[in-house]
Amino acid sequence: MSPRLVHWELFVSEPILTLTDVVVAFDALRAVDGVSLIVPRGQRRAIIGPNGAGKTTLFNAIAGAHPPTSGKIRFNGHDVSRLPPHRRAQLGISRTFQITNLFPTLSVQDNMMLALRGLKPKKFSLFGSPDPDDSEATRITAALNAARIAERADIIVKEMSYGEQRQLEIAIALVTTPTMLLLDEPAAGLSPSERSMIAEVIRSLDPAITVILIEHDMDLALGLVDYVTCMFEGRVLVEEPPEGIRRNAKVQEVYLGKPRHA
Amino acid sequence: MTQPVSKTSVLAGMTGRALVIAGLVVIVAACLPMVLSSYQVGLVTEVLIFGVLAMSIDILAGFAGRTSLGHGAIFGVSTYVVVYATGQAGLSPWAGFALGVLAATAVASVFALLAVRTSGVYFLLLTLALGMIVWGVCLRWTQVTGGENGMRADVRPAALMSHSAFYWAVLAGAIVVSFAMWRFVRSPFGLTLRGIRDSESRMRSLGYNVPLHLFIGFTVSGIFAGIAGGLYAMFNNFVSPSTVALAQSVEGVLMMIAGGVGTLFGAFVGAAAIIVLENIVSSYTERWLMVLGITFVLIMIFAPEGIIGKLRAITSRKVR
Repeated sequence: MSPRLVHWELFVSEPILTLTDVVVAFDALRAVDGVSLIVPRGQRRAIIGPNGAGKTTLFNAIAGAHPPTSGKIRFNGHDVSRLPPHRRAQLGISRTFQITNLFPTLSVQDNMMLALRGLKPKKFSLFGSPDPDDSEATRITAALNAARIAERADIIVKEMSYGEQRQLEIAIALVTTPTMLLLDEPAAGLSPSERSMIAEVIRSLDPAITVILIEHDMDLALGLVDYVTCMFEGRVLVEEPPEGIRRNAKVQEVYLGKPRHA
Repeated sequence: MTQPVSKTSVLAGMTGRALVIAGLVVIVAACLPMVLSSYQVGLVTEVLIFGVLAMSIDILAGFAGRTSLGHGAIFGVSTYVVVYATGQAGLSPWAGFALGVLAATAVASVFALLAVRTSGVYFLLLTLALGMIVWGVCLRWTQVTGGENGMRADVRPAALMSHSAFYWAVLAGAIVVSFAMWRFVRSPFGLTLRGIRDSESRMRSLGYNVPLHLFIGFTVSGIFAGIAGGLYAMFNNFVSPSTVALAQSVEGVLMMIAGGVGTLFGAFVGAAAIIVLENIVSSYTERWLMVLGITFVLIMIFAPEGIIGKLRAITSRKVR
């Protein structure tokens, strides 16, 4: 067998994301305390858990905003544990934020352009044309379509509804054609109809993209994913498919806030 | 109002209407020496020079969200170098001019290195302090700068001796530089500056090296301030520490604000308003600074978006 074939075999069989004993500590507080996680390629995974369980900190560790204090993160065959966020983005990790973080005074189109050019040398074009070239325009339209806001391309972001801004968050994460998408509470603070819109957007994402989703709303999360990881106090409490999670006594306990020493 | 605004009008793209307006303004400006006295032509020349300075400040303040109080010093360094190079070192005016712009760019890049990691009031204070250092050097390094007395030199090339010839040269320069700055803020790079103004954290997570972008933006802005400073050397044939003083930086910022932050061309309107006011009012009363102050207060209350900003708001309301 040629070495090249061996490598290729390894590449397909390996899960897209493997966390080994990841710890993120802020001084004495271990916000993420020894999490190990395996996410197969193309899976839809939800990470649930009560406030302070360490879900967003875990996201920050994966995306690189807060590298792990110890432990290993492998993504798509690379050890990314120590890489800065933009290097991870280049490898195909894309994320949205729990708190909407857009460019409010720019148009949707300009927001997309900034998202698209972040990893390209064209961002340094000092006197070039402001308009997107053909391939950029195609990618922007595809991402806006996937997020269902294609008809809003010329709107200034601060004039959009909050729900539309959440959709734009997803479009921005999609435009760099990521292999893995991290969605941090994509439906937080939305009305029921806006939530179902976001759910629809997530459900119809390209199945090749691995999606990891943090969500507070159990019903929404469980309806969207293949597999659920429930976190509590920085550790993995339970890992199960959605049907099992609904009936799991431990999950109910942490969600209902039953005293641990009762 | 969430009415779709077409991209061209938002980005001040040179649409037909904008092109016509720009053309008219240039024609009117070019005809001014035929109707104005030579004193007045001098004033308009000054307006153009300071308009370029105010525009260079607007690149940072209006597009990157960083207001600099050090641009007067960058401008003045260029003036000093041009006067020294032609007067003391005996270079040709053109070589002197090139050296001046180069020196201003170098100073701007040093300022930028130190200031790009800050924002808000810290950026303001840091650029102010750096400007004060330049002023201190110009004041104390007497052998080279002439200290408090300043330096005199016939910088202006022979061909541009007359008021109107020099005015036309400055006008041509201002047109080229304005077009360059307009392209610059609309370029893909200019968009990254506006992104930084809106959300630095988002820019970082998208893979942008924010300090590097601010460094480039600051340095480019310094080139334009240096061009203005070089023109000022030819205009005045004289330089003294007041050219690099804080008051110069403040005046540039005030012109930009009066014209409208982020409007770019508003800088010329702001420069015109302040220079004309200074010169007209000061011929009537000793208290012209007070009149200037009151005018500012009124602008801030009734048109905080500046003169051009206000006009744009009014016209776009009519269109809708």
